[in-house]
Amino acid sequence: MTRFDSLLDSLGRTPLVGLPRLSPSASVRLWAKLEDRNPTGSIKDRPAFFMVERAEAEGRLTPGCTVLEPTSGNTGISLAMVCKLKGYSLICVMPENTSVERRQLLEMYGAEIRLSPAAGGSNEAVAVAKKLAADNPDWVMLYQYGNPANADSHYETTGPELLADLPEITHFVGGLGTTGTLMGVGRYLRERVPGVRIIAAEPRYGELVYGLRNLDEGFVPELYDPSMLDARFSVGPEDAVRRTRELVEQEGLFVGISTGAILHAALAQAEKAVRANERADIAFVVADGGWKYLSTGAYSGTLDEAAERLEGQLWA
Amino acid sequence: MAIEARIPTILRTYTGGEKAVSGQGSTLQELFVDLDSRHSGLRARLVGEDGSLARFVNVYLNDEDVRFLGGVETPLADGDVVTILPAVAGG
Repeated sequence: MTRFDSLLDSLGRTPLVGLPRLSPSASVRLWAKLEDRNPTGSIKDRPAFFMVERAEAEGRLTPGCTVLEPTSGNTGISLAMVCKLKGYSLICVMPENTSVERRQLLEMYGAEIRLSPAAGGSNEAVAVAKKLAADNPDWVMLYQYGNPANADSHYETTGPELLADLPEITHFVGGLGTTGTLMGVGRYLRERVPGVRIIAAEPRYGELVYGLRNLDEGFVPELYDPSMLDARFSVGPEDAVRRTRELVEQEGLFVGISTGAILHAALAQAEKAVRANERADIAFVVADGGWKYLSTGAYSGTLDEAAERLEGQLWA
Repeated sequence: MAIEARIPTILRTYTGGEKAVSGQGSTLQELFVDLDSRHSGLRARLVGEDGSLARFVNVYLNDEDVRFLGGVETPLADGDVVTILPAVAGG
């Protein structure tokens, strides 16, 4: 059934597509979960919808409320759509070093943007949002970093979809930001697939983003439970851009830069399986399409030029 | 046996501003002790009093988070690259 009563009803049930050219062999296969096929074009539609619905069910969100959220972009865009359709105002606190397309989309949906300083990246956005929430007790901060409904959205939808489409799954590779995807899918798969490996790919930004004033300003999302992961990889912009381009050139998939980082970690698992002479069916997340990142310059020029242009930007 | 340690901006006060310094050790623990002998005070920022990695410090051995390898006991080999970063938010 591909007919839905409204856009929100069409959430999820995204395709899982094989990558015959990038997969090393018939027994070590890569599968891409196309999360760009969600209502606003990213995986964040799932947690945004679930967080709003749960806040409504709990009575925290009532008609006319203002929603507040720290976000580097995709969660804000998803919330902006959900809030627009449900009649809430939205204020997003976003680092200033995010792509112009993200800001344009938020403005188009009618969200108000408060920019936080580039240095410190999303840590600063979280700090600014927490202060705003304290100063404005009538605003409702959904707080994706600590809201169980974020991980639950993946436990209840992304995880079951993956297992239904790929019962033979051996690895799941996702991006690590709020940790919601990995915590939710990880919990679902571990309960049902003995030995499944849950692998995190974390973007490694330029120095500006790690420009905290002291180490105590560091941030670990409240949702994060490291026991849910088997390995965690840091992927720099060179590798992320290279893999992003390989996906276009070899498989025809036009994806955002963070997906390149995720594929990089997935390919490392594939190579490991080949070396160990083991069967592997590795599913990874295509978090969004490349459209919102064209202005970053990541899709033109040499790899070195593209990586250089990403310096200082929050590209995932 | 040389290992390259990449130092984040926030800790370069201990390395005279150097982005990367060279050290030795057969484990991460030993590398930190070796680095501390030339960059006094660095180790205390990286590991807590109980000897495990500090909460907001992430350490990667050739891009893999050492907390999923062996923590401070993770074995190192010649030519390894150890990257130290503060924990930051995504999303």
